[in-house]
Amino acid sequence: MTIRKYLRERFFPHMWCPGCGHGTVLNALVRAIETMGMSRNEIVMVSGIGCSSRITGYVDVHTLHTLHGRALAFATGVKLSKPELNVIVPMGDGDALAIGGNHFIHAARRNIAITALVMNNRIYGMTGGQYSPLSGCDVMAATAPYSTIDPAFDVVALSVAAGATFVARCTTYHVKEMIDILRQAILHEGFSVVEILSQCPTYFGRANKLGDAAEMLRGLKEGTVPVGSEAKQKNPALIERGIFAQQEKPEYCAEYEKIMQRARAGRE
Amino acid sequence: MTRPKLKSFHLQREWCKGCGICVAFCPTSVLEMDSQGKATAVRLEACIACGMCMLRCPDLAITVETTDKEEKP
Amino acid sequence: MPSNEHVRFIQGNEACVEGALYAGVEFFAGYPITPSSEIMEHLARRLPRRGGKFIQMEDEIASMCAIIGASLTGRKVLTATSGPGFSLMQEALGYAVMAEIPCVIVNVQRGGPSTGLPTQISQGDVNQARWGTHGDHAIIALTASNHQDVFAMTVEAFNMAETYRTPVVLLFDEVVGHMRERMVLPEPGQIPLVERLRTSVPEGVDYHPYLPREDGRLPMSDFGGVHRYNVTGLYHDMWGFPSDNPKVVHGLIRHLVDKIENNVDSIARYKAYYLEDARTVMVSYGATARSALHVVESQRRKGQKFGLLELQTLWPFPYDIVGEACGRAKQVLVVEMNMGHICAEVKRALTNAGNVFLINRLDGVFISPTDIRQALRLIAGRGV
Ligand SMILES: Cc1ncc(C[n+]2csc(CCOP(=O)(O)OP(=O)(O)O)c2C)c(N)n1
Ligand code: SF4
Ligand code: SF4
Ligand code: SF4
Ligand SMILES: [Mg+2]
Repeated sequence: MTIRKYLRERFFPHMWCPGCGHGTVLNALVRAIETMGMSRNEIVMVSGIGCSSRITGYVDVHTLHTLHGRALAFATGVKLSKPELNVIVPMGDGDALAIGGNHFIHAARRNIAITALVMNNRIYGMTGGQYSPLSGCDVMAATAPYSTIDPAFDVVALSVAAGATFVARCTTYHVKEMIDILRQAILHEGFSVVEILSQCPTYFGRANKLGDAAEMLRGLKEGTVPVGSEAKQKNPALIERGIFAQQEKPEYCAEYEKIMQRARAGRE
Repeated sequence: MTRPKLKSFHLQREWCKGCGICVAFCPTSVLEMDSQGKATAVRLEACIACGMCMLRCPDLAITVETTDKEEKP
Repeated sequence: MPSNEHVRFIQGNEACVEGALYAGVEFFAGYPITPSSEIMEHLARRLPRRGGKFIQMEDEIASMCAIIGASLTGRKVLTATSGPGFSLMQEALGYAVMAEIPCVIVNVQRGGPSTGLPTQISQGDVNQARWGTHGDHAIIALTASNHQDVFAMTVEAFNMAETYRTPVVLLFDEVVGHMRERMVLPEPGQIPLVERLRTSVPEGVDYHPYLPREDGRLPMSDFGGVHRYNVTGLYHDMWGFPSDNPKVVHGLIRHLVDKIENNVDSIARYKAYYLEDARTVMVSYGATARSALHVVESQRRKGQKFGLLELQTLWPFPYDIVGEACGRAKQVLVVEMNMGHICAEVKRALTNAGNVFLINRLDGVFISPTDIRQALRLIAGRGV
């Protein structure tokens, strides 16, 4: 199995719960990397804190496991310092958009060539099932015993508005799509965001009586449609999957390169 | 183009956490949970080598090899 | 005589920039804040000319995180801020302690707490530099009273960051940061530089990023290099992977503290003025040491045996050196612009703490020689 060379097998079985979608994201991510034949030495994975952030420990590349919410800030330092590196930043939904929301929009605004993954299980898994900025309304959580009144961010719309030049959404059910999207996101020359709708059977599933992992996946299968499909017009509650933005714009490190040339042309 | 056929199917039992995802979505009901709560292939002859169980397994426990290319679906 | 091209008439913040460039800084991330902004403004101009990277981040948290990321790719890195920003940096500063990332953080202090006194002097962050981040840890913090020393201490900060694989805090103050004075730029090579210690372990051989050598140092491997390892803020084993094994945890916290606390003497920088026969010893640092020195010299002219110990290393606190300098004095006067951060340490260093007096000002007005003299009369029981 060739993906094994990208895994730190001595840490398996991994720490995630049975049926946790984060494992499927890991599965797809190493396959995406493997199909591109990238050298492990040119990849840096930077994560924050959360169940999702533990993903870095399992991949045999340069790995930086940082602070809750700050992964993109660390990653910006890595990338600007050594732009030749491929920087991939997997984050939890709380990690990326609550505590890390500011770093998220600013990394997008700069259009720095980093691949940001939002592993969206709509809950704070690591701390025991509190609601997140992606939980949405009418959801039960450890900190919402009477259900949530907080609307969720639309990660896709937010990323596009903030300036990300590749924005996509996929799910842990649609794994082939996920692998393909991850590959395109990693190859993209600019800030790319992939929101992955994922399942936390342990907290989100249990609190909201969604059944086991397989039933939650069925929910993702039935609750989502390819972007632009007619079904969405008939049923606006459906969530669209696919690529929402893909464009070329000046990339931050490349622009900084020009600044260095301009500075050198002047006098010291 | 003919469909690739199954060359080998491997399930690493120590990694399987018995979540049941592979069982639930196998199109030809190849897989079942055994008495120890682990997935197991009981009707391999029915396997169409689609590889979806391998790709969806959250524990990376399944490897499906096909006749056309190694391990990829 | 230094040649003219090496003489600068600059602000203290520029002296810091010159020191950082001399030390080989290659990456700066920061967020503007008075009274430190000149440092980032100058580096925005200077760094790209020499192939260095500069970025203005969205806040100080991000700035601190970004320099850590850049350091891991093998660069010498710097950020600069003041009180409120320094508060925001604390979590990531602790990360740099835990993950042993060389980096330098300048805090040009202003009055606090909170937004406080943005444009006035204070030395109120001395204890924050020591204890600002959570958990037990050791830290190095340096300061300086004039531009030549700001330059030298900045170079030292980079050297110590590399030597001990640790963040180093430069605690300057508003007066030194903004005042203009003469500074002579040392020739290249005049001050020795410590470069990153990189591992000699070849590709394919197991490399232990967190296994100290016999001398306590830990050779690094740049991100992008042939060794792939893990960096985390969790307690970790010698490969950098999380561990809560009590032996591993205990070994790591001891290592983090001991690598600094066992080297207090090597890290200590200070200046001694007239201490040989001093009966009254002043202890001061940063801008306030200038006023203290002024008083000491005028007392000497009057035949009074005054001396000054100017501390440049504040943390780890050089207890032995302070004990030695003050042990025989009749009285010890600590001059600082806070409520006694260093005074408390001086008392800990001495057996007779009753002889130690604090002379301070807390109102944002620079403590003058007159202020000190007035305090002297009070201490002597002669009233104001
Ligand atoms: C500064 C800080 N605040 C809070 C925490 C506690 N904490 C750890 S993970 C987490 C949330 C995790 O949720 P998410 O980011 O969605 O990741 P998941 O565990 O669901 O994958 C929180 C609040 C922390 N580690 N640091
Ligand atoms: S708590 Fe939820 S997110 Fe965390 S490992 Fe378990 S299933 Fe996954
Ligand atoms: S999907 Fe994987 S972990 Fe889940 S039951 Fe099947 S083999 Fe086991
Ligand atoms: S490869 Fe497809 S058919 Fe074969 S066991 Fe897996 S899911 Fe079932
Ligand atoms: Mg989550």
